[in-house]
Amino acid sequence: MAIGVQTDVGLARDLLAGEPGAFDRFVETFRPKIFQYTYLMCGHREDAEEVAQETLLKVFEKLDQLREPQHMKAWVFRIARNACYMKRRKSAYAPTQELSLDELMPAFRQEGNERKLEIADWSSLPDDQAINSQFKKLLRRSIEELPEIYRSVVLLRDMEELSTLETAEVLDITGDTVKTRLHRARLAIRQSLDKQMRANGGDS
Amino acid sequence: MKVSECKQIFEMLSEYLDKELSDDICQDIDSHIAGCPPCVEFVESLKKSMHLCRSCKSMDEPAPLGAAARDDLYAAYKKAVEERKKAQA
Repeated sequence: MAIGVQTDVGLARDLLAGEPGAFDRFVETFRPKIFQYTYLMCGHREDAEEVAQETLLKVFEKLDQLREPQHMKAWVFRIARNACYMKRRKSAYAPTQELSLDELMPAFRQEGNERKLEIADWSSLPDDQAINSQFKKLLRRSIEELPEIYRSVVLLRDMEELSTLETAEVLDITGDTVKTRLHRARLAIRQSLDKQMRANGGDS
Repeated sequence: MKVSECKQIFEMLSEYLDKELSDDICQDIDSHIAGCPPCVEFVESLKKSMHLCRSCKSMDEPAPLGAAARDDLYAAYKKAVEERKKAQA
């Protein structure tokens, strides 16, 4: 193995070849990712732990079906997505909701000659570091509030950084549907954070 | 600027930020945004919100993997590798 961070494709090849250490590296790398996805999809820690374990077990059982090592991540997430789906079918049925674009748009107001947006003051928000646990709670709530079809897209695209095409493959939808849902999901998260920031007086 | 123009732009913002639009549409959007403070503000809020999602990709950690759970996984892995080797032999 080369020095530095091993890529997914290298890890996939080592895993398929039964290289020593590949199993542990895979579990260390992918278990937290799978758990994060299943947690935000299932909403309960215990369910998420169980679904993550089921996913990993399926991954190893089906390892022979991994045809393209370069697409291992998407392949793994497809198994995770199916495991979440099976879990959900056993629980209460949640109808699919659609998000309307109009409702995600900000309102404008006129102030003298100026047109202003009715949104929170985002400029005071730190760029990346120093995102406190309070803000993470707000973000979690915003993600959990999303209807499932939007939540799965934003988790795969923006958290796991899969491509549009890979996300489409994982979720069995077209690339255009991925784009539409991603945009609405992002607007909805923005709007939900915005509301929470304004409710907190702009100081999260 | 008309509100309808801003709203048209808001509808395309994800594709714009993901660089999935053609150059000429991007240029149109750039030139609108440059002269429109509400759009600047909205784009900024959306970008920050997206950035937050990215930076929280491991906000929850699973409980440590128990020995029994690891054994189950390892057994499944070993079996798959052996079967694969047999098939290739």
